[in-house]
Amino acid sequence: MNDKQTSVAGFRRRLGHAGDVVHDRWQQAPGWQRWAVYLLLIVAALLLPSETIGSFMSPDTDWATILFFPIGTYVLLAIGLNVVVGQAGLLDLGFVAFYAVGGYAMALLGTRMGWNFWVIMVAGILICALSGLTLGAPTLRLRGDYLAIVTLGFGEIIRITARNTDEIGGPNGIRGIPHPPSIEGIYIGDVEIFKYGVLDPRPYYYLLVALAVVVIILVKRWEKSRVGRAWAAIREDEDAAEVMGVPTFRFKMLAFAIGASIGGAMGVLWAAKSISINPNDFQFLLSATILAAVVMGGAGNLPGVMLGAFIVAWLPERFRGLQEYRMLIFGAVLVALMIFRPEGLLPSRQRKAELKEGSGGMGTLGAEVPGPESHGEEVASK
Amino acid sequence: MALALGLAACGNGGSETTPADGGSNAAAPGTVKIGFMGDLTGANAGIVIPPRNGAKLAIDQYNKTNPAVKIELVEYDSQADPSKAVALAQQAIKTDKIVGLVGPAFSGESAQVGPVLEEAKLPSISASATNVKLAENGWKYWHRVLPNDGVQGPGIADFIAGGAAAKNVFVIDDKSEYGKPLADAVRAQLATKGVKVTNDSLDPAESDFSSVANKVAAAKPDAIFFGGYYAAGGNLLKQLRDKNVDAKFLSGDGSLDKGLIEGAGADNAEGALIGCPCYIATPDVTDAKVKGFADAYKAAYNADPAIYASEGFDAATVFIEAVKAGKTTPEDINQFISTVDIAGVSKQVKFAPNGEVEAKDIYIYQVKGGAITLLGKAAEAKLG
Amino acid sequence: MFNDFINQFWPSTVDGLAFGSIYALIALGYTMVYGVLRLINFAHSEVFMIGTFGAMFVPFVLGINSALTGLALVGVIVLMILAGMLASAGTAVALERIAYRPLRRRGASRLAALISAIGASIFLQELFALIVIPNVFDRPQQGRIQMALPQIMERTDLFSIAGHPVKLHQVVVVVAAVGMMIVLDRLVNGTKIGRGIRATAQNPEAAVLMGVNIDSVVRMTFLIGGGMAGVAGALYLIAYENTNYYIGFLFGIKAFTAAVLGGIGNLRGALVGGVTLGLVENYGAIFFGSDWKHVISFTILVLVLMFRPTGILGESLQQARA
Repeated sequence: MNDKQTSVAGFRRRLGHAGDVVHDRWQQAPGWQRWAVYLLLIVAALLLPSETIGSFMSPDTDWATILFFPIGTYVLLAIGLNVVVGQAGLLDLGFVAFYAVGGYAMALLGTRMGWNFWVIMVAGILICALSGLTLGAPTLRLRGDYLAIVTLGFGEIIRITARNTDEIGGPNGIRGIPHPPSIEGIYIGDVEIFKYGVLDPRPYYYLLVALAVVVIILVKRWEKSRVGRAWAAIREDEDAAEVMGVPTFRFKMLAFAIGASIGGAMGVLWAAKSISINPNDFQFLLSATILAAVVMGGAGNLPGVMLGAFIVAWLPERFRGLQEYRMLIFGAVLVALMIFRPEGLLPSRQRKAELKEGSGGMGTLGAEVPGPESHGEEVASK
Repeated sequence: MALALGLAACGNGGSETTPADGGSNAAAPGTVKIGFMGDLTGANAGIVIPPRNGAKLAIDQYNKTNPAVKIELVEYDSQADPSKAVALAQQAIKTDKIVGLVGPAFSGESAQVGPVLEEAKLPSISASATNVKLAENGWKYWHRVLPNDGVQGPGIADFIAGGAAAKNVFVIDDKSEYGKPLADAVRAQLATKGVKVTNDSLDPAESDFSSVANKVAAAKPDAIFFGGYYAAGGNLLKQLRDKNVDAKFLSGDGSLDKGLIEGAGADNAEGALIGCPCYIATPDVTDAKVKGFADAYKAAYNADPAIYASEGFDAATVFIEAVKAGKTTPEDINQFISTVDIAGVSKQVKFAPNGEVEAKDIYIYQVKGGAITLLGKAAEAKLG
Repeated sequence: MFNDFINQFWPSTVDGLAFGSIYALIALGYTMVYGVLRLINFAHSEVFMIGTFGAMFVPFVLGINSALTGLALVGVIVLMILAGMLASAGTAVALERIAYRPLRRRGASRLAALISAIGASIFLQELFALIVIPNVFDRPQQGRIQMALPQIMERTDLFSIAGHPVKLHQVVVVVAAVGMMIVLDRLVNGTKIGRGIRATAQNPEAAVLMGVNIDSVVRMTFLIGGGMAGVAGALYLIAYENTNYYIGFLFGIKAFTAAVLGGIGNLRGALVGGVTLGLVENYGAIFFGSDWKHVISFTILVLVLMFRPTGILGESLQQARA
C-alpha cells in the first residue's frame, strides 16, 4: 500500500518535472518562436473540423457539429469562468446564468427588434457585463461559500424566470432566431466560410475560433496587467490585499463583469446558430460541468482550462458507443483526476506553489493534517 | 429486451455496406436507410420506445417479404436533448445518408432539427411531437402522423364540459413546452364554454406538490386537468387524493402510461381520464387490421401496444409504401408523402400541405381496475 | 389573493413543517461536514437519494403491497428508517474515504474537493440508474423511471386544524425528525465523540495536539450526517411514496440553501433554516403560484444573507453552542 503510494507520488513528481522543463523552455523562447507556435495552433484549430480527424474523434456523431457545441462552447465558457474562479478566486456556481442572458439577448433582440447579429453581440456583451455587476453588487461582499450558493441560486432564478415568463416564450423559448448575416461565395476548400446557414456548422465554428482568439488575447493581457496582479492578491489572501491598498471589491466586480461578458458573448453566438432556445438549455449541470472543466484543467492557467473544457465536452461524445455508461465513467474519471492531480492537468505555476504551501489559493479543507506522503512539506495552515 | 435491440441497431448504424452515394443517382440500391430519432434511454423513454417498436415492426414485416429494395432502420438516441439531436441529424444526413426519418419524437428537438432536415431536403414524419407551432414554420419536408395540441386541448376541453359535465375546473400545467401549451388550449376552450377555470403550475422536477393540492382543495373543483407527463401526474394525483380531493382527474397524452397508475397507486388512479390524439390497439379490438397489428406487436415485443406504437407503425408504413412505389431518394419520397392516402392502423393517413395529418380524432381513455381502457372518441364519449 | 392566503394558511403550514423537517435533516449533513472540513459536500444529495432506496428495499424484500396497521406498521417504519440510515451512512463514509480523504491528505484546494464531489454525485446517480435500480429492484430498462412505494400507511386524518385535516404520515415525519435532532444534539454536546467533533471544528491543529484522531472524527462526522440524510430519505419515502435516481439534486440544493440560511456549521441553524424554507416556499406559492417556489426560496436566501451575512443563527459549530 505504502509502496504503491510512493511510486504514484514519484510518477506524479516526474510528470510535474517534465512539465516544468517545457514551461521553462517556453518562458525563454524568443518572441518569433512563440508567435510561430501561436500561428500553428490557430491553423490547427482551423483544420480541426475535417472528416478524417472526425472519424476518429467522434465516430458516432457529426464532428463539425460537436466542435461548435459542446466542445468550442465549453472552451469559451471555461475561459470566461476561469477569470472569475481561476484568477480572482471567486467560487461561481451559476455561470450558466450569463450564458443564458446572452442567449436570450440574441433571441429577443434578433426576433423582436430585428437587430443584426454583430450589433446584438455588442449589446449582449454590455447587458451581460451589467448583469454581472448587478449580481455582484449585493453578493460580492459575501465570503467564498456563501457566494457559491448565491450564484447557484441566481442561475436557477434566471432559468425559472425565463420559463415562467410567457412574454419571452415561457417554456417554449424563442424560435426563429436569425443567423449572422452571410457573405456568399467565399470558399476555402469546400467550405463557404461566411455563409451562416443551417446545414454546415463549420462557418460558425470558425466564427467561434475567431471569438476565442480575441478573448484569449484580452484575457492574457489583463492577466499580466495590474488587474491580474490584483486578482492574484485577492485570491491568495483577500484581507492582506485589502490592507495593502488593493480595492478588492472593485476588482472582484471587474472579474465578475469580464467573466459574465465572455459567457454572454458565447451565449449570443450559440443562440445565433441554434435557431431556437429554451430555458432547459441552461441547467445547473452546465455550470457544474464548466466549473469541473476549469478545475480539472488547472484553474488559473489558460491552456489547462481549455484542455479541461475540451476533455469534459469531448469524452462523453467520443464514447457514445458506450451508450448510457458514458456519464457513469465520466463521474468516476472526475473523481480519479481530482485524487491524482488535485491541482489540475496543467496547473499554473503560481497555483502549484500555492498548493505546496497548503493554501491552494481557494483555502483548504478544514481538518487537514500532514499525510504519510507529504514528508512535512505540506503542513497544515490555518 | 428493448435495450438489446437498441444496442444491436446502433452498433450496425453507419457501418452498413451500402455504398455512400445517397441513392440519388443509383438506379436501384439494394437497401435504403430510414432513421428513427427520439429519447430512447432518457427519462421519457417510456413514450418513445413504443413508437420505435411500432416502426421497427413495420420495417421487419416489410423486409420479410423479400422486396427488391430492403429498408434498414437506423436509431438515433437524442435523449430529448435538442443540441444532441442536431448533431445526430447532421450525422444521419452526411454519414449515414438516410432517405427519411421517423421522428424526432418530441417537440423541443423537432424545433431545432426541423430546419436542418429542411435544408437537407430530407422528409420526416413524427409519431409523437404535438406542439402546434411546428407546423407554422412553412417546412416542406416535415410531417406528423397525429393531430396537434391545438386539436387535442379543445377536444379534451369539450369532453370535460360535455361528456364529463364539469362546471368548475382546476387546470394545472407543468411548465414544459409540452404541458403548458396543451393546458393553455384547454383553458381557452373551457372559457368559451362558460366553465369556471382556476389555474396553477408546478415544477415536474419537484416531488412535493402540496401547495398545488392545497389550492385545488380550496377551489373545490369538480374536475382537474393536468397538462404534463405521467411521472409528475401520478405524484400529483396521489397527493390530491391524500388531501381528500376526489374531483375527476383528467390529463393529456403525456400521462397516458401505466406509470401514472403506478405513481398514484391503483386506488387513487381509478377512474382517471386521459385524452390522446393517438389510437391504442387494446386487446379487445375487432377491426381486423388493428387486431393484426396488436397481435404482431405482442408477438414481437411481448407487450401490448402502448402509446404511439400504432403511430410509429403508420409513419414507417408511409416510407415503406414510398419505397414500394419505387421512390428511393429523399426528394421522390417527399413527393410521394404529399400525395399519400392510405388506411393506417391509427387512422386514415393523408397529409395537409403544412405537414399536419388530416384526421383529427381525439380519443379518451379511462383507468379501470388498474389498466388503461378506451372510452371512445372525445366528441362521443360519455361517462357511464 | 389575501383571501387565498387565509384559506390555505393552515394546510400550507402543516405541509411546510413536514417538508421543512426533511430539509432540516438533510441540511444537518451539509452543516456538520462544513463545520469540520469547511467543505461543501456536494455529493450529500446522492447520500439522501440512496437513503430513499435503502428504505425502499425493506418493503420490496418483504413483498409488502398493501397498507399495514398497528405493530406491523411501526415495525416496518422502524426497519425502513434503519435501512435508510445504513445505506446513507455507508455511502457517506465510503464517499469520505474514496473521494475526499486522498484530497485532504494532499492538502488539495477546496475547489478540487468540490469537483471530486460533483464527479462522485454524477457517478452515484448513474450507478443507481444503470445498475442498482434495474438489478436490485428488478426493474430492467426502467432505471430512470420513477419508482413508487406501495402505500404502507393509510392516509388517516389524525385531527384537524381550522377544518383542515392533519394526516398521520405528516405527524410521523415531524415527530421522527425532531426526535432524531434531539438525539443528535445530545450526541454532539454530551458525548466524547461530540467533543472531538467540536474540538476539530474549532481548531484542527490544536485538536491533533490534544490527541484527537482527526481521521476518525471526520469519519464520524460523515457517518452521522449520512445517517440523518438516511432518516430523511426514509421519512420522505413514507410520506410521498416515490423516488428516483435524480431525486437528490433538488433536495440537495434546497437543503444546502437551508443550511446556509440557518447559518452553516450550526446544527440548530439547520433546523431553523429547513423549517423556514419549507414554510416560506409554501406561503410564497399561495401568492405567486407553485412554479415560483425555487425563485422564492433563493430570493429569501439572498435577502437574509444581505442583512445577516452568516445566516439566521450564525456559524457556530465551533462555539460549542452547536
